[in-house]
Amino acid sequence: MPHPLHIVVCAGIVPDPLQTLEPTTTPGGPGIKNEMVLPAVLDPWAASALYEAANLAARIPGSKLWLVSLGPKAKLQQVMMTIAQKVAFELVPVDGPIGGFPDAQATAAALTEAIGAIPGLDRSKLLLFGGWESASRGAGVTLQLVGERLGITDQFQGVDQIELRDDGSFEVLERVEGGKHQVSVCAGAPAVLGWATGNLPEPRNNPQVGMANMRTIMPALQKAKTIALAADGLRYVNVSLPKQQRTTRVEKNMTPDEIAAEIAAWIGAE
Amino acid sequence: MESILVLTHADENGTALTKASLEAVTAGKELAARLGAELTIGIVATHANDAVAQVAGAGAKLLAVQGEPYAQARFASDAAACEALWRAAQAMIVLAPHSSRFARVMAAVAYRVGGAIDTHVTAISETEDVEATRWFYRQRIEAVLARTTRPWFLLLDAGTHAPSASEASQAHVDEIAIAVELPPLRTEAMGMRAPKQNQQTIRPDAKLLFVAGAGWTKKQPDGQVHVEEAGKLILDFLAASGASLGSSKSLVDQGGEGNSVLPFLTHLNQVGQTGSTPRHPKGLATCCHGEEPHVVGWRFIGERRAVSLDPNCGWTRGKADVVYIADAFKVMARVNELLAG
Repeated sequence: MPHPLHIVVCAGIVPDPLQTLEPTTTPGGPGIKNEMVLPAVLDPWAASALYEAANLAARIPGSKLWLVSLGPKAKLQQVMMTIAQKVAFELVPVDGPIGGFPDAQATAAALTEAIGAIPGLDRSKLLLFGGWESASRGAGVTLQLVGERLGITDQFQGVDQIELRDDGSFEVLERVEGGKHQVSVCAGAPAVLGWATGNLPEPRNNPQVGMANMRTIMPALQKAKTIALAADGLRYVNVSLPKQQRTTRVEKNMTPDEIAAEIAAWIGAE
Repeated sequence: MESILVLTHADENGTALTKASLEAVTAGKELAARLGAELTIGIVATHANDAVAQVAGAGAKLLAVQGEPYAQARFASDAAACEALWRAAQAMIVLAPHSSRFARVMAAVAYRVGGAIDTHVTAISETEDVEATRWFYRQRIEAVLARTTRPWFLLLDAGTHAPSASEASQAHVDEIAIAVELPPLRTEAMGMRAPKQNQQTIRPDAKLLFVAGAGWTKKQPDGQVHVEEAGKLILDFLAASGASLGSSKSLVDQGGEGNSVLPFLTHLNQVGQTGSTPRHPKGLATCCHGEEPHVVGWRFIGERRAVSLDPNCGWTRGKADVVYIADAFKVMARVNELLAG
């Protein structure tokens, strides 16, 4: 039986991918127009990390799972109404700015402080999970910085699979170039795993899990510490939507043979 | 005055520099020339001789970390190597390729040396100041940013610069080698594993991206699904054209929902919001709606064409150059015949 784990998942919230995004200027720097009223979801790759973590925690007796999330309290509450129905976890909320433009180093510092303050967290058993990149900043550095600040020297990014062994070690598959995975074996916790898609489907909603989670989530949200994120020397020169809008030729009356000939010629052209 | 360090690493064989590393060298040479800055190139390799020869003519000071521990891409040893190279160079601007190997460690290295980092940089502006361009919200918003913090680490996306050409010159690795104090190594890289599929369908250097959408596995005009035929058409096309295979999330997800799937597709093929953003000169989408979460993954695709039965699909709304309203089964069967002939 693998050793019990203390799994901390760092997961932000992002606008629903189907929403139209328009940059705007706020007193705190660049932002997304009407961001506070756009429907939000848990960051997709971080959500994969949460589902994988919940699966591990459920399989290994004595394991614990925390979800650390930074965002405006109201948006966190909205997203948790959905996520809380999927898997059991203890929420560690941090009330702070939303979006991809705040500096990752400041975000990492805030998350590290929140993790460091988790009562009962045993760092020798710690697996720090998160998405390998967010759908907002998409830099892939926040989780790595949190791990570094916590002094964790085994880090893995683009993780699609972890297999725990009875001696506490684990095998991990990380995405590398060319559609391959690098296979590594780590001696055990503590370690950082930035997840890509993983292998698990999104869990079905379970109202009982939701009710149990919400009993602790609402008090945690009420007590969430409010923070500001320092720009730390970061200056945005310009933030804009891509201007590229193509003039599309729509062909409705060509035969398959004609289309195929045109495509084949196009593929062969330099 | 700025000083520039380009961090590079060897390929899987441990000797020659990767193409992305040579692209970073080009970026470093350009930036150094523009700023009048001193340029240093740092190399991480098992045996650095070949790598040193590749960049010895670049007009830069060379530093190298070499040895068996660096045969593996591993956080602890790679971070220690990059930290040692920076401490030897003490550069204010650090350029490096956004490879899986360096993306895994470089934020930690920046933190260790009191610096800041930005990743997925697609351009460095040609102004008096150093300004970096990168995308936010999965290629939906573009930003130019600058930092006063130094050292400033910039990880460059692949394909944004031409690889630096080898210039015949000599340098002795012994004279440029940097000693590294390694921490205890608790991780061992065991090798590479290709996804379980008939053949490798992800080809980053291909000229064409071929995207298969969910329509390939939907009911066709005869009321039946034709997954096997779809799979054969797609694989035949990949074989004939040398294209790289991408997919929409909806098609990949079908495998987890118990529906008919194309067996050679994995999440690694997924392009878009929760997938990759590949760079290819051309892209051909088939049976795909062209909705925004998928199309954001096409940001760096040059010429775009699509075959779709839906005349109101997303591709027709300024996202493709040409959209053919047609049955992709018939079109691709004929394309395969033409390419084979």
